Amino acid sequence: MSGAGGRAVTPITKLLVANRGEIARRVVHTARRLSIPTVAVHSDADAGAPHVREADEAVRLPGVSAAETYLDIDRMLGAALATGATAVHPGYGFLSENAAFARACEDAGLVFIGPPSAAIEAMASKVAAKQRMAAAGVPVLESAEVDSAEEVATAGRRLGWPLLVKAAFGGGGRGMRVVASAAEAAAAFEAARGEAVSAFGDGTLFVERFVVSPRHVEVQVFGDHHGTVVHLFERECSIQRRYQKIIEECPSPAVDESLREALGKAAVAAAAAIGYVGAGTVEFVLDRDGQFFFLEVNTRLQVEHPVTEAVTGLDLVALQLAVAAGEPLPPEARTAELRGHAIEARLYAEDVAAGFLPVSGTVERFEVPAGLDLRVDRGVEAGSVVSTYYDAMLAKVIARAPTRALAARRLSDALRRARLHGVTTNRDLLVGVLEHPEFLEGRTDTGFLDRHDPAALSHRPAAGVRRLHAAAAVLAASAARLGSRTVQPAVPPGWRNVGEGWQSTVLADTDGPIEVAHRYAGPGRAGTAGEGFAGPATAAPVEVTVEVTVEGERLVGRVPAATPDEVVLERDGVAHRVVVAWYGSEAWVDGPLGASRFTEVPRFAEPGPAVAAGSLLAPMPGSVARVLAAPGDRVSEGQVLVVLEAMKMEHSVRSPRAGTLDQVLVSPGAQVEAGAVLAVVGAASGGGPDGDGEAE
Amino acid sequence: MILHSSIDPHGPEFAANRQAQLELLAAHEAQVALACEGGGAAYRERHRRRGRLLTRERIELLVDRDTAFLELSPLAAWGTDFHVGGSVVTGIGVVSEVECVLIAHDPTVRGGAMNPYSLRKILRALEIARCNRLPVVNLVESGGADLPTQADLFVPAGQIFRDLTQLSALGIPTVALVFGNSTAGGAYVPGMCDYAVLVDRAAKVFLGGPPLVKMATGEDADDEELGGAAMHSRVSGLSDYFALDEPDCIRIGRQVVESLNWRKLGPGPRTADPEAPRYDPEELLGVVSADLRVPFDPREVLARVVDGSAFDEYKPEWGSSLVTGFASIHGYPVGVLANARGVLFNEEGKKGAEFILLANQVDTPLVFLHNTTGYMVGRQYEQAGMVKDGAKMINAVANSSVPHLSVIMGASYGAGNYGMCGRAYDPRFLFTWPGAKVAVMGPQQLAGVLSIVARQSAEAAGRPFDEAADAEGRSRVEAQIERESHAFFMTGRLYDDGIIDPRHTRTVLGIALSAVDGAPVAGRRGFGVFRM
Repeated sequence: MSGAGGRAVTPITKLLVANRGEIARRVVHTARRLSIPTVAVHSDADAGAPHVREADEAVRLPGVSAAETYLDIDRMLGAALATGATAVHPGYGFLSENAAFARACEDAGLVFIGPPSAAIEAMASKVAAKQRMAAAGVPVLESAEVDSAEEVATAGRRLGWPLLVKAAFGGGGRGMRVVASAAEAAAAFEAARGEAVSAFGDGTLFVERFVVSPRHVEVQVFGDHHGTVVHLFERECSIQRRYQKIIEECPSPAVDESLREALGKAAVAAAAAIGYVGAGTVEFVLDRDGQFFFLEVNTRLQVEHPVTEAVTGLDLVALQLAVAAGEPLPPEARTAELRGHAIEARLYAEDVAAGFLPVSGTVERFEVPAGLDLRVDRGVEAGSVVSTYYDAMLAKVIARAPTRALAARRLSDALRRARLHGVTTNRDLLVGVLEHPEFLEGRTDTGFLDRHDPAALSHRPAAGVRRLHAAAAVLAASAARLGSRTVQPAVPPGWRNVGEGWQSTVLADTDGPIEVAHRYAGPGRAGTAGEGFAGPATAAPVEVTVEVTVEGERLVGRVPAATPDEVVLERDGVAHRVVVAWYGSEAWVDGPLGASRFTEVPRFAEPGPAVAAGSLLAPMPGSVARVLAAPGDRVSEGQVLVVLEAMKMEHSVRSPRAGTLDQVLVSPGAQVEAGAVLAVVGAASGGGPDGDGEAE
Repeated sequence: MILHSSIDPHGPEFAANRQAQLELLAAHEAQVALACEGGGAAYRERHRRRGRLLTRERIELLVDRDTAFLELSPLAAWGTDFHVGGSVVTGIGVVSEVECVLIAHDPTVRGGAMNPYSLRKILRALEIARCNRLPVVNLVESGGADLPTQADLFVPAGQIFRDLTQLSALGIPTVALVFGNSTAGGAYVPGMCDYAVLVDRAAKVFLGGPPLVKMATGEDADDEELGGAAMHSRVSGLSDYFALDEPDCIRIGRQVVESLNWRKLGPGPRTADPEAPRYDPEELLGVVSADLRVPFDPREVLARVVDGSAFDEYKPEWGSSLVTGFASIHGYPVGVLANARGVLFNEEGKKGAEFILLANQVDTPLVFLHNTTGYMVGRQYEQAGMVKDGAKMINAVANSSVPHLSVIMGASYGAGNYGMCGRAYDPRFLFTWPGAKVAVMGPQQLAGVLSIVARQSAEAAGRPFDEAADAEGRSRVEAQIERESHAFFMTGRLYDDGIIDPRHTRTVLGIALSAVDGAPVAGRRGFGVFRM
């Protein structure tokens, strides 16, 4: 598809990376390899982030919210001009598909690493995009714009149920509703329109046939300024939660050679139809019969681009830079071949069991095995603070192997061995999916996580391993205490001349409390011999003679070594090496049999200021979207009083009881931590203060 | 130099010794179990049903995790009419990284009421706190005096309150955690302590309860008004901290100790990471014979007790029945005096005195390992000045001002007990091995002496000597002395600070040395070391 003419080559001399996190690092990495100086931008929250350190220069974007920083076109241009950057890489998200930004760059004489603004605009409206694709001969799902619930019902009769109602300018699952029958049309229409207006400022909706058990298959395309458009094979991204991809792979297990050719041809046709230049992705929905329909074109580098890189050996960012500079696509891109199989998993800071609630906090440790066939693109490191301001993705882990089965095994093994401390992640779910028989058979469709309860799917250490981990956590804490003794440092630990001296520690995890009792043994105590454990458990591992029971059951035979961060437990003649890290009252335990996380239940409860009865607590960290009542209002039990927004989701916080709203402690826009008191509802009876003293 | 052991741990003698020691330990363990039982299962259950912690549970919660607790005199009152243990638990524990003397009533034994043995045990604990500058934490729940024994108790018990406030005057903090009854005289425990923490709806601190008040003044008042935690925390001010429940009380107690900003005044150990002995302490059970007439080499004990089995022996070739020298235990330097072959001759008396002076010169604590039948008797020795030579050693030990620790391994008879720093010479700590015997002399010797005296008396009076009666009398006296010199008997009377498992000797001495390090370690000065 080589066209005539083309642009003169204008090398990029300095690149501004208009993004954050792992994608900013990833772009800087390639720029460095190509000896292009880089400029990072950062919000105040990201001042110490790795992407800022790794770039040659950094420009502060004052503020923390995305709107005042990474989404602010004027500031972004200002940063580029101030540093003398000649090109801007937008990454994904933020301004990457913002036609106004692309045009502003063009107007300012900056090279925008992406398609021309016209191509972005052409694809921004899904309805218009589809019409153009249909005209270009790309298979599309028939759809219609709807202005009322009646029109939804009419469309259903024409196209067949179920239908999908979508926002024309939407994405990410917002403004989207499945309608099973005409009876649901009104509710779905109103809900979708409301979300579309609030999220995208445009209430335009359309409907299309809803494909049951579809696969999400997309094709990577690349165009240059010389009229060449190629495809770099497909990716399958069907494993999604809440319309967000979490596992992606290349090639798709559902695509054979002839289908691949058809998909590629359609994708290239689609790109050519809009004069596409740069990296783009044409998304299709693939049904059970191998029929595919155009969904949309993403005019940016995709999050999941590394799987394509892994199987083609190409550097897509390098290609983007070359194309943006006006170079023709190199031969290796035009004749790319599929070699092996690659799978990517996205690690998110989120609580799967709580319905994928985003989690904030400090990353205490972030170690993922990396190697020849294991790539880790990460935006965080130990000490990073995960906030609610930005996307909660921590890293992408990509495994490559000659076969899909080995790639899956390699990836799940790397995830199992990763040490991820400080914030809850979806790691267990990823492992659960990657090891699931259906996944391994390639039976992946977008309903995978609807069929399989994510919480149940999450790989959890077996009960026996959990007990072992609890014991290890307690022994590591004990070793740390022993190593830092200031009095009687040479006295055998926990020594008693009378009594048994069992010490109880209560840990808790999501499965509930777990009690570990331990005692050190020595001469004169039943069943033990030798004073070999005497002396402080300092840096050198000491063989400890210790008895451990968990939930009253004797667990450990021998403890060949116990240090504050590593414990070897021997059980039934088999030694288990477990690594432990304590952060305050939290223990994170990793071993070959899985990872556990415990919180120590304090020996003594601090009777601090208890939460007054009738308090509304934030169920998660986020920002206050709306406060729906005022102090003095009579409220009923279950009435929504505060709406929190976190990670694109709105959460209603309801009154715990009927009564009078005594206090409202937050206002819209406020950032709150999980567990923060938002408001207090006084008892309906109007009696005295509740819960005086001991009950709390 | 490094000690070398010459015992054969696989030989028959070792096995027999070990067997005998294990039997003694089992007998001791059975008595300790009785003490731990407290007032028995029924009373323990009743106590628990009231939502309260047992005495030793309170202690386990109070002390720092993974630290040691050295319980003192667990068999107090053994062999008396009172419950073994004396209805109180005392010991040395680490609270918020501070070594403290803990005194905890056992309310399951007659409501924690105090008898004459409880009193001795408490006073001994307070003495240990004073000599070694250890803060005191009282875990109070006691019905006060065991009234039937008040004649032996009431007058001397006043010393408890005097001691508490004198400790305070010496700069040694005192804390009372009040879990329950602390009434009448007992009210002065929180009253005299520097800090008092009272548990809500459990502590009862008053001079007179409702019936007494009714009788005295006709006033109607309830427990809470007269002495509850809420009243004392908010009205009288006797309680400094109001505890919601027992764990909260212990939490506050730990916080109080943490805030003491406590510093020990001793020189500290030379290393926090001392070398372990080169021989297994387990083998100590095979060193000592059950028959105390069979001597053993105390160097075999030292090889299993001191750091790295290293012992710098002083005057090894002179006065060899008393082994003297320098070593360290848990990093603390010590001078050691240990009996070998039982008898102390003239040279041993002089050597002991000289060595004690040397230890004072260099401010080094002394460890006495007893196994002595006393100073030698007989014409030759008396004429050589045995009394004067024994007196030298007793003089030196009595006036020595470095800390003394005594361990009675075997026999401790006669003036040998005095010269080796027996109870009357105020060792900072004195522990006994379970087979030890303490008396004026051995049972056979004592019975024999009585018999000879009786025979001489009969001869002098011209009476016929009844051989049968003498034999019967000898065996009766022998049995009596055997019983009264038994380690359980001695420990029951608080003549030591407890019987210890010989294998624990190093650990117990290590804890004791750490405790004595609370006070300055300063030897007696004034004269040079006499060369005797």
